[in-house]
Amino acid sequence: MKCQLRVNGEDHTIDVEPRTTLLDALRDNLKLTGTHVGCEHGICGACTVLADGEPVRSCLMLAAQADAGPEITTIEGLSTAPGELSIIQDAFCEAHGLQCGYCTPGMIITASALLERNATPNRDDIVDAISANLCRCTGYGQIVEAIELAAEKLRQRNASPSEASQ
Amino acid sequence: MTEAPTSFRYVSKPRRTQEDRRFVTGKGHFVADIVPDNTLHVALVPSQEPAARIISIDKSAALALPGVHDVITGDELAAAVEPMMNGLDTPAVKRYAMAVDRIRYCGEWVAAVVADTRAIAEDAAELVELETEPSDFILDAEEAYRPDSLAVHEAHGSNILLDRTFTWGPVEQHFSESARELSFRVTWGRSSTVPIETFGVLASWDGWRDTLDVWASIQMPKYADQIARALRIPMNTVRVHQDVDVGGSYGVKRGIKHTVLAGYISRKLNRPIRLIEDRLENMRAGDAHGPDRIFDISIAYEDDGRIRSMKMRALDNAGAYAGRAPFQLGKPIGAIVGPYTIESVEYQAISVTTNKAAQEAVRGFGQAPTNYAIETALDRVAAAVGLDRVQIRRRNYIPSDQFPYLIPSGTSYDSGDYQTVTDKVMTQVGWDDLVRQRDALRADGQLAGIGIAACLEPSGGNSSFEPLLNPANTTTTWMDSCRIMVDGAGTVTATIHTTSSGQGHQTLTATIIGEVLEIDPDQIRVIHADSQTSLPSNSPVGSRMAVMLGGAAFNAAGKLKDKLKRIAAKQFGASPDEVVYSEGTFATADGDQSLGWMDVVTIAHRYFHLLPDGEQPGLEVTDVYQVPTGGGLPTEDGRVQMYPCHSFEFHCVLLSFDPILAKPEIHRYVIGHDCGTVINPHIVKGMTLGGIAHGIGAALFEEFTYDDQGQMNAQTLADYLLPSSHEIPAVEIVHHCTPSPFTVLGQKGSGESGYLGAPAAISGAVNDALAPLGITVDKLPIRTAALSDRIAAAANTQS
Repeated sequence: MKCQLRVNGEDHTIDVEPRTTLLDALRDNLKLTGTHVGCEHGICGACTVLADGEPVRSCLMLAAQADAGPEITTIEGLSTAPGELSIIQDAFCEAHGLQCGYCTPGMIITASALLERNATPNRDDIVDAISANLCRCTGYGQIVEAIELAAEKLRQRNASPSEASQ
Repeated sequence: MTEAPTSFRYVSKPRRTQEDRRFVTGKGHFVADIVPDNTLHVALVPSQEPAARIISIDKSAALALPGVHDVITGDELAAAVEPMMNGLDTPAVKRYAMAVDRIRYCGEWVAAVVADTRAIAEDAAELVELETEPSDFILDAEEAYRPDSLAVHEAHGSNILLDRTFTWGPVEQHFSESARELSFRVTWGRSSTVPIETFGVLASWDGWRDTLDVWASIQMPKYADQIARALRIPMNTVRVHQDVDVGGSYGVKRGIKHTVLAGYISRKLNRPIRLIEDRLENMRAGDAHGPDRIFDISIAYEDDGRIRSMKMRALDNAGAYAGRAPFQLGKPIGAIVGPYTIESVEYQAISVTTNKAAQEAVRGFGQAPTNYAIETALDRVAAAVGLDRVQIRRRNYIPSDQFPYLIPSGTSYDSGDYQTVTDKVMTQVGWDDLVRQRDALRADGQLAGIGIAACLEPSGGNSSFEPLLNPANTTTTWMDSCRIMVDGAGTVTATIHTTSSGQGHQTLTATIIGEVLEIDPDQIRVIHADSQTSLPSNSPVGSRMAVMLGGAAFNAAGKLKDKLKRIAAKQFGASPDEVVYSEGTFATADGDQSLGWMDVVTIAHRYFHLLPDGEQPGLEVTDVYQVPTGGGLPTEDGRVQMYPCHSFEFHCVLLSFDPILAKPEIHRYVIGHDCGTVINPHIVKGMTLGGIAHGIGAALFEEFTYDDQGQMNAQTLADYLLPSSHEIPAVEIVHHCTPSPFTVLGQKGSGESGYLGAPAAISGAVNDALAPLGITVDKLPIRTAALSDRIAAAANTQS
């Protein structure tokens, strides 16, 4: 079946089997491989993308459900330009909020959604927000620090993540 | 020296890592991201029974499905490849990628379907008809150890892969001399590292170039070697692309069977073959399961709590095949007394086969379970003599002035200052306040406890356990390497010769080379050579790369600097000893003559006539680094120097739980950590925090359990519970630095830190919380439901 997806501000028409997940469509059809496959049953959060700004599991959503539907944002949509980092991405580097980097795109997408709606999250807010994204490397400590740092930098810019990337 | 040296330019500085930029933008280079044209995809047909004879496999319906190219069975594969290597000398325990004739665990691969897409391959896998004759099976290690037990491998004759008793020192004498003795059993449940990325491999055979290209998510010593042997092709035809980013491993990403299978299919069909496990394949039959171990411990000690001797029997359930799993009983021999002055040890190491999935290497390679057993012993002795649990450890610590310290099993510990680290943690935590906080929680109706663990992280990974447990194996080196090239434009490129799975090897290498050459590490490019262009490496196992890759990088940089100095000296008419190097400038001692970096580089690359006699043109140096203190074979009585370095960690944790719900909440977690000179503080911090989280998982949540039919219960991440951010507290780290005298910068390993002590500390805290009820828990993980039941049963007994 044909699906019209709007991803990172661009329109794509793809031809997929009805059973194709949004995750597989993003990776296989659109070659957006920054969204990662972890468990394929909605637990780990590695495949998190934004649908109209809300974090969703792209492994639990069919491509067909995004047909002519929500605006999808993947990790590739957060970078401002090749070699440049968004404020959140830069904060993850500064705090070393990652190791192997596999859960990282999902974490950053989730952090982005949090900071879009809450400019002054406390530690509990951050812990809650990322609690559905599993990381096996870091023990979450430096991820929390990275998000705290990103929030601070965004406040200094007086901008939300989406405003700061424009 | 007890404080971190402050004279470093880049080492120990909180610099950003080189690797992170690509990951935060989703531009990592993971194996699943690599899909060449014409790739075919594999899905696996699992066995439904824990033990059975294969009668027939009907492939016809699967082959008839459009898009299916082949269905491979174990028989076909076994006729074409060699069995995978065993660590021990157990040739009758044959293992192939798929079951041959007999199924030995539930989920074992019996056929591989190859199709145009993974979805078609999965559809076809359901069409493969497997006819079997189920047989008896065995899951329990004690039962498997009995001489009359059913043998999982009939040809081997029993389930015993390893059963060796070591006696180091006058154990019986110490037991008879000692005032007191106690015994107990603890059990470490079958858990693992469970990376968020499953294992994956892409193998592509090019018959015109005689090359098998392999992209894989691996952390495996001698991987290319094993692939070549199994596929019966020369090793120099195997090209492993080691620049693949590995999405977490912590030991388990071994992948030999996956690669042999994919490599075989690629050679047969002349197409790139992609085998990416889904989570189900990973959990039940991937290289996913870790130690599964029962410890029986006896301790001989004095009235004052000094421990004289220990008897440890470790019975490990290796699962259906051998592999390297039994060696996980060997590595802990290098720290078998922990940080304590235990004078003698009897150690019986037993590894048995059962009808569970095969065990693979997990972070610490058996050390975390062993530390859990040792630390439980310390707690039990403390309770028996009425000493505080911190005091009992202090009383038994190896004093800081006795290093290098030879332990009974033959390893010399390099350095340590355990009392000072303990002091620092006690200060940080405010011990009296912590006790008051615990008591306040108890007064509030909670069960609250404090846990303590002091333990070592052997590091700089050597393989001395191989000759120790397998006399047919006389390996005495476990080297690693670094090559540095300076190009004609003066930029520096270093190559490393293994994969990385989040440990920051690029940063490590660049930092150390930058330190030696006084060049900004961010200007140094570090690349992963493929296996055909690699120097020898034994991969980042055994908490070894800071020591081993760090050592090789340091030495290579030194050789490079020496060569540059020789070239400059020739121009100055001076001897190389008289050349002073500083930040890229070469000068005579009096400063009268000087040359810049590019001047000397240009001579090396272009002006042969200006080179010293005998000097080769160009600028390329290599260093193949032997493990410090390594090289010796074991003695006949089983003593050997295991790893060179021993990091120390001291954990202190306060937790509480409701007596009915029994869900532990961690209120405070402080760790004192001493891994010698830290190369990059961000990386070491991350390893430590991640290790603690992993240890909390092993202590409270994670287990691959089987039901009594041999079916694995935990097959999804909804059943096998990984700690989320809610379960992991904010951890406070207290640093200390006792440099190792055996390494180039005093560094030790930290890749397993946190994990090696957290399970013991959590167990200690739970048992402290249960102490008022007069009960103990002696098996990990301590699951909420089991804990709740235990408390209820105790209450019923008391009433």
